[in-house]
Amino acid sequence: MTENYTQPRTLFQKIWDDHVIHTDDNGTSLIWIDRHLVHEVTSPQAFEGLRMANRKVYHLEGTLAVCDHNVPTTSDRGEGIKEEESRIQVETLYQNCADFSVKLFDMMDKRQGIVHIIGPEQGFTQPGMTIVCGDSHTSTHGAFGALAFGIGTSEVEHVLATQTLIQKPAKTMRITVNGTLPDGVTAKDMILAIIGEIGTAGGTGYVLEYAGEAVQSLSMEGRMTMCNMSIEAGARAGLIAPDQTTFDYIKDRPMAPKDGAEFDKAVKYWKTLKSDKGATYDKEVILDAKDIAPTVTWGTTPEDVMPITGSVPAPSDFDDEAKQQSVTRMLDYMGLAAGTRLQDITLDKIFIGSCTNGRIEDLRAVAAVVAGKKIAENIKLAMIVPGSGLVKEQAEQEGIADILMKAGFDWREPGCSMCLGMNPDQLEPGERCASTSNRNFEGRQGRGGRTHLMSPAMAAAAAITGKLTDIREL
Amino acid sequence: MEKFTKLTGIAAPLRMINVDTDIIIPKQFLKTVKRTGLGVSAFYNIRYNEDGSAKEDFSLNKTAYQKASILITGENFGCGSSREHAPWAILDMGFKCIIAPSFADIFYNNSFKNGILPIELPQDQVDQLMQSAEDNPEATIEIDLENQKITRGNEMSFDFDIDPFRKHCLMNGLDDIGLTLEKKAHIAEFETSDKQKRSWLYE
Repeated sequence: MTENYTQPRTLFQKIWDDHVIHTDDNGTSLIWIDRHLVHEVTSPQAFEGLRMANRKVYHLEGTLAVCDHNVPTTSDRGEGIKEEESRIQVETLYQNCADFSVKLFDMMDKRQGIVHIIGPEQGFTQPGMTIVCGDSHTSTHGAFGALAFGIGTSEVEHVLATQTLIQKPAKTMRITVNGTLPDGVTAKDMILAIIGEIGTAGGTGYVLEYAGEAVQSLSMEGRMTMCNMSIEAGARAGLIAPDQTTFDYIKDRPMAPKDGAEFDKAVKYWKTLKSDKGATYDKEVILDAKDIAPTVTWGTTPEDVMPITGSVPAPSDFDDEAKQQSVTRMLDYMGLAAGTRLQDITLDKIFIGSCTNGRIEDLRAVAAVVAGKKIAENIKLAMIVPGSGLVKEQAEQEGIADILMKAGFDWREPGCSMCLGMNPDQLEPGERCASTSNRNFEGRQGRGGRTHLMSPAMAAAAAITGKLTDIREL
Repeated sequence: MEKFTKLTGIAAPLRMINVDTDIIIPKQFLKTVKRTGLGVSAFYNIRYNEDGSAKEDFSLNKTAYQKASILITGENFGCGSSREHAPWAILDMGFKCIIAPSFADIFYNNSFKNGILPIELPQDQVDQLMQSAEDNPEATIEIDLENQKITRGNEMSFDFDIDPFRKHCLMNGLDDIGLTLEKKAHIAEFETSDKQKRSWLYE
């Protein structure tokens, strides 16, 4: 490993170079993994593999487990998980963590929450790290300037056993958003607009680096929202160069470097984690923040986005024959007629939460919109699922929970919940939901369920009016 | 892992683009703690009616394709989540090879880990294979991994690309963890130098 680099390097290349253990002649590298987050759904078969081969977890300090996908979000969860398969999966995680001495936040731990919320919250996530998890939204952690990506269960086992992965370097794409975001437009709108621009497979094979004034001026929460959805553009990872906002967020968190000399040493290193002047990317995309409006999805892939002022498109609006067929299918599934104004679409349910938008800033944004108002009568259920026990506690202390409950929202316990509906929180067939989550796939939130993705403020506005609504006009 | 060298089998068409992992294996089947047994639940929502009966218009339900071992489908196959349950389900259904114009990254990677060969071909070649699988279901396709060739009788023959390391692992049924553990000394060396450089991570 040489420290003398003569060519300007991108942020991705710097992190990559600092983690390469060995490169074979065929260009395949073995890379070190700093952090491994583990949850109940994608780990049981990996632990079983370790057991069968009589292997241990290689690096316990770099491994943290939590249950999030299956956990009920109702207040009676202290009584245990009623659904048998979910209970078995969570209990299997508990048993595996006990057997292999892995640190675990169990369901009743205040620090429990969605895996991608708790990593940053605990200071487990830090700049310049390689971070993996058996979950595609691991890209979230890229907001800290960490190379973070989702892996399958075979690779979960590989990381547990060796703390390494066999990889080839990705291509790089810089996405620059210049200027300032207009009022009512958030990080969520920005990332939805980007996915609309490059497509749901546009990022395949790339690591996306987000840059530009509109990105740099985001809070850590906003940056996490953006990086979280990198996978929805097909990219395994998103990156944002760390800066003072990042360092301030990390300082004093329980698993961050201890304040003092160690923290200063870390910051000194973190400050080197930005793309060098003159570094080249395999692809560049440039957007202007002023062109981005509050954005919602109308179809069943995250690239099917439209400004809220728009209308549902027709299959004939697309050139590609396969996409036309796909749009016909989507409109049928979504129960939408081409030409319908988005703001005329009425809703049944509202879901606010997920690793995309389940952080304190998101809940504050919802509270700001619904304070003193009531959810519309046609809304059967509006649920707010905080991303973690600590987010929930903070929202209660700030009075946000009261505001939301007075407006008619269900205030839940933390977990993945209706983002994917592995627990009882699901849509019924045909139900239409404004959701702050990340996927609008067929059946994602429940068989036959219809999902429109949007920002927390937009979902809050929709809760008040009962239909898709332009937050700027509420 | 089972070795993959040559495969001769019936090809089944799935004429859809952006087939996501929620379509391949819906959430309710992710609660298993095993790798096997997911085949019957693969493509559940588009394969079965509400009452559990098979949907007649779903291509993979057709009698002709019940013994198919090759799946031919549209671009960006396997997009969405990292669930390895998706390739497990497809393998358990009997497919050992998937041909598409493009794959989502994690799914592509996960497939190799389970002895499935995902092949990327140009759109027009996929279109030809898809059409012939629909028109003439009983004709078999031969996949020759060593020579990186797909042939269908005398009518079609296409070359395909594959990463040499992945090909090597697949042809020899190699276990990644075993390969990595052979590099133990390199890992230890890395850790020693990294502890100097980023000491705060090893407090």
